Amino acid sequence: MLQSLNARAMLVSIGFLVLVLGVWEFANPAPDASKPLTEYEILMGGADQEARVPPPSAVIIRAFEELSNPFYDAGPNDKGIGIQLAYSIYRVLTGFMLAALLAIPVGFLIGMSPLMYKALNPFIQVLRPISPLAWMPLALFIIKDSETSSIFVIFICSIWPMLINTAFGVAGVRRDWVNVARTHELSPLRTALTVILPAAAPTVLTGMRISIGIAWLVIVAAEMLVGGTGIGYYVWNEWNNLDLTSVIFSILMIGVVGMLLDLALSAATRLVQYEE
Amino acid sequence: MIKHFLEIENLARRFPGKDGELTVFENANFGIDKGEFVCIIGHSGCGKSTIMNVLAGLDAPTDGNVFMDGSEVAGPSLDRGVVFQNYSLLPWLSAVHNVTFAVRSRWPGWNKEQVREHSYRYLEMVGLGGGAELRKPAQLSGGMRQRVSIARAFAIQPKLLLLDEPFGALDALTRGTIQDELVKICNATHQTVFMITHDVDEAILLADRILLMTNGPHARIAESVKVDLKHPRERGKIIHDPGYYPIRNHLVDFLVRRSEELSGAVTPETPAQAAGAYPVEVNPAATARNETGGATLSAIDAR
Ligand SMILES: Nc1ncnc2c1ncn2[C@@H]1O[C@H](COP(=O)(O)OP(=O)(O)OP(=O)(O)O)[C@@H](O)[C@H]1O
Ligand SMILES: [Mg+2]
Repeated sequence: MLQSLNARAMLVSIGFLVLVLGVWEFANPAPDASKPLTEYEILMGGADQEARVPPPSAVIIRAFEELSNPFYDAGPNDKGIGIQLAYSIYRVLTGFMLAALLAIPVGFLIGMSPLMYKALNPFIQVLRPISPLAWMPLALFIIKDSETSSIFVIFICSIWPMLINTAFGVAGVRRDWVNVARTHELSPLRTALTVILPAAAPTVLTGMRISIGIAWLVIVAAEMLVGGTGIGYYVWNEWNNLDLTSVIFSILMIGVVGMLLDLALSAATRLVQYEE
Repeated sequence: MIKHFLEIENLARRFPGKDGELTVFENANFGIDKGEFVCIIGHSGCGKSTIMNVLAGLDAPTDGNVFMDGSEVAGPSLDRGVVFQNYSLLPWLSAVHNVTFAVRSRWPGWNKEQVREHSYRYLEMVGLGGGAELRKPAQLSGGMRQRVSIARAFAIQPKLLLLDEPFGALDALTRGTIQDELVKICNATHQTVFMITHDVDEAILLADRILLMTNGPHARIAESVKVDLKHPRERGKIIHDPGYYPIRNHLVDFLVRRSEELSGAVTPETPAQAAGAYPVEVNPAATARNETGGATLSAIDAR
């Protein structure tokens, strides 16, 4: 039954894909050369291929070209999609790891101590709703390096979900399990590592999963802003080149990489998940 | 005064509430000797778990003191093993790792092999093995979880074992087998046990002495009933002991009628419960023996 459900779901998915691609391909034909040019087209220097949304066939051809040689490097404005993605992933992972190093211990502290919770909560409430990109000018001014600034922005936006989920998970550890640790005379450190951490791990990892999703959203915008390298810069650069085929292709790649990051963390979550 | 292994003096626990404080129990005085099996019976909500948490050191009393082996109880300790009302196994660890977790904390210097061997010994003692010990608690039945929890408590070889309604959630059959298991272990190890239960028959089967608690709030330990039946006891045979029904009737009468009558705060009119006094000692089995003995004598006289 489940098998057939999966099979049927896949069929429906493929059906939708074919339908959407078909409509996209044929509903937007190339401009007819015999038609007189509109005033706008004359102003823009003629109706060329670029003035329309490219059909999926063109995107697929471009994907083949790009993916067959993803790591070429022909100067600052012409790097392979693999290199650009690698830059973005590197920044996301660096910012994310640094955020985890700070957010998880602080989350522990807040979750374990009602005093620290009350003391730090106002700061968290004010800092959390700030759009991470709003930090960019300040970061650029202080750090004076666009690369590090984008990592900093990722760091800032990754902190909050991890911090809040860790605190929530730690504070919600069942009283009974803490009592088990107490009756076995565990030291505070061993209690934290052998009881609280495994008990809160699924919640902590859910926070990490939300964080990496947000970080991947933010990195594209941050790279558009600071330029240089990365998938965000790539999208913006191709837009400036009016190469919409590449823009659509890179949008798809952003989606695929985001999905892979999410899958990796959901696999990690499953590893620490337990059944009560 | 005779010093017992476990001494409870003027114990009281009050919780601050919206409308004044709530006195769960007060004036609790009793002692438990080494190797003794003591059960406490009372209606739901009278404060049995609250007393046990204080004895375990998980909760501090509002008044009074608990002494074990001459020193004051001031926090949880590996000398007191606890089996919680809801098993409290760590769900991310397999059954055997729940036990090794305890064993390692008890003997930090032991190597892996020692810890493993010791843990398996206690798992076998409660009849758990054959691969079931490798499963997580969620994949075990309620009875198996209870066995793991008992093995965990016994494995640290505590001086005092505290059991909070350990069989409350089990069906009658499983309960019976685990009770037999417990009787066997206690006969073999002479473990000192303090156990909470709702089940009168279970208390008679297991206990040397049964403490009776009045209804809360302001609950008290009103009586200490001696279970004067000889060991070893067997579930099937014990009901044929002439002392069995006198004890059972006494307990049921207390639960049905007197726990309510005796409830409420201590007043000067209830001198039997003067502060610091031990609960009244009763021995229904012996009383019954003497009565029937007396009856036979008078019958002989009449003849
Ligand atoms: N932390 C607390 N704060 C306030 N009141 C409490 C607290 N813990 C327990 N109580 C009250 O103490 C009373 C006794 O609770 P306790 O859990 O000891 O009962 P019990 O005898 O173990 O009942 P049961 O047989 O159902 O387990 C209850 O009325 C409960 O509401
Ligand atoms: Mg209880």
